[in-house]
Amino acid sequence: MPIKTDNFATEERISPIRGTKRRNLDPAFRRLTMICGTLILLAVAGIFFELVLESRPSLEKFGWSFLFTGSWNPVTGEFGAASSIYGTLVSTLIAMVVAVPMSLVIALFLVEMASPGVRRLVGGAIELLAAIPSIIYGMWGLFVFAPFMADHVQPFLTETGLPLFAGPPMGIGMLTAGIILALMILPFITAVTRDVFTLVPPVLKESAYGMGSTTWEVTRKVTIPYGIQGIMGGCFLGLGRAIGETMAVTFVIGNRHEIALSLFSAGNSIASTLANEFTEAADPVYLSSLVELGLVLFGLTFLIQILAQMWLKRVRKKMGTGT
Amino acid sequence: MKERSFIFRRLTDLLVRIISALAALVGLFFLGWIIYIILARGAAAINWEFFTELPAPPGMPGGGLANAIAGTLAMTVFAVLMGVPIGMMAGVFLSEFGRGSRLGEWIRFCTNVLMGTPSIIIGVFVYVVVVLSTGNFSGYAGAAALALIMLPVVTRTTEDMLNLVPDALRESALALGAPYWRVTLGVVFPAAKTGLITGTLLAVARVSGETAPLLFTALNSTFWPDSLNEPTANLTVTIFNYAMSPYPDWQAMAWGGSFLITAGVLSATVLARGILWMRSKNR
Repeated sequence: MPIKTDNFATEERISPIRGTKRRNLDPAFRRLTMICGTLILLAVAGIFFELVLESRPSLEKFGWSFLFTGSWNPVTGEFGAASSIYGTLVSTLIAMVVAVPMSLVIALFLVEMASPGVRRLVGGAIELLAAIPSIIYGMWGLFVFAPFMADHVQPFLTETGLPLFAGPPMGIGMLTAGIILALMILPFITAVTRDVFTLVPPVLKESAYGMGSTTWEVTRKVTIPYGIQGIMGGCFLGLGRAIGETMAVTFVIGNRHEIALSLFSAGNSIASTLANEFTEAADPVYLSSLVELGLVLFGLTFLIQILAQMWLKRVRKKMGTGT
Repeated sequence: MKERSFIFRRLTDLLVRIISALAALVGLFFLGWIIYIILARGAAAINWEFFTELPAPPGMPGGGLANAIAGTLAMTVFAVLMGVPIGMMAGVFLSEFGRGSRLGEWIRFCTNVLMGTPSIIIGVFVYVVVVLSTGNFSGYAGAAALALIMLPVVTRTTEDMLNLVPDALRESALALGAPYWRVTLGVVFPAAKTGLITGTLLAVARVSGETAPLLFTALNSTFWPDSLNEPTANLTVTIFNYAMSPYPDWQAMAWGGSFLITAGVLSATVLARGILWMRSKNR
């Protein structure tokens, strides 16, 4: 229930105790909080505006072909975002393919199977994965996980003979980056899915159990269909995280401006290109191309955020848990 | 629907249960693996010099990351000074004045967008706005970037925590004749104190481990930060530079820095969650 504040917003009030006129600070206070809130609005608008403004030289020179050109050559001044966009999408896709099913079953474990003590411990530990700074994932990925992949995982994948797994097992590359991203977004999707699972009315589940369903059948036919919108929202939140993740990816993706089919080959992402090259860009077109890459990334996360909010809002409305 | 045998259904159920328990174990395993590596490799690099000395050139023994530790602390403090008051006031607006209003809806939406904006984009934005206009990389620019990342987190937490305070409490204070600003600061804030403190702690923890927004705002430096008006040494960018270097002693330093950052961030997070949990248990 909102409180109507206007009732109290008289310009001056008489203090009943001292009987003197006191200046009413409420309108000023209200204005102060409003200004602070509006700053957030301005920040988002400012980011969009400044990115467009600074990427104008590149926008004018390359136009739409910027998005589809693969070459990235600071020497000749030719810039195209295709390899960075490709790398961003592929590494994010790998992350989602790994993280979404895993988050679902972990949430299932936490909600339907674990005892309260186990739930708190395991749930808390999974959430800690989100607290580890991304540069730590990068260090661990480069020095520990990539060699592990090269020695123990990639040779087996190569034996499948698929073109996706062709090439020398270097450890670093798209696949390793994608798996590390999956670990990083796992806690976000798990948290949302877990909340959605607990929000499903017990009556629905109990009636399914009452008809003799097993836990899995209840989950598949009652819980998931009921909470699918919330789960979708959670997936989009994770997607938004993965697509803009910088440091962990920069460490392990290999940083090469090329598009290759094999997931073992080195590539780059928008964020890793920015992290590696931004301070080196002396030429105005080079710099503005980098800013335009940033604009593309910002646009992508913006879209994803809108979709995430849309799904989450729907599920909140449906489950009646306030705003 | 096709009729399935009872045993088949029970087996499927068992299989799914095993898979979910395994998935949880895999998650725990990776957490343990990362923490173990950080502990094992990082602790070896930590000694007294690590906290007191400037970095040594590669090949020279000794040296530390004292300047980077100081720089990270200074920038985090400045970011808190900028981000927390603004964020809290914005949260007050959303929870006390903007409920259901058009402007409130827009601000809430933008808060979510800003929260979802990759930190490297914040870095690019601050570079364009601060670094390009002042003409040099500076610790202030780094602090501004961190504050901008902290801002939406603090706003959201404040709004959520203030919303938990029952309206009856506000109404009784108002009925006593208190003006709304005093009700908010003197009654609602104290009632939400624990939540606000822990929320801020979580935001600070998150920001202090950020690297991407500092890469081209604060840059890095091998000297003591005399003022924040120059490129400022900081732990995370130092870790990045040292880890990517070919020198083993620099890489060892990077592990030491990782240990310090992880220990700080994880203990702050665990502390904040612990406080929240204790409080929810007491209710």
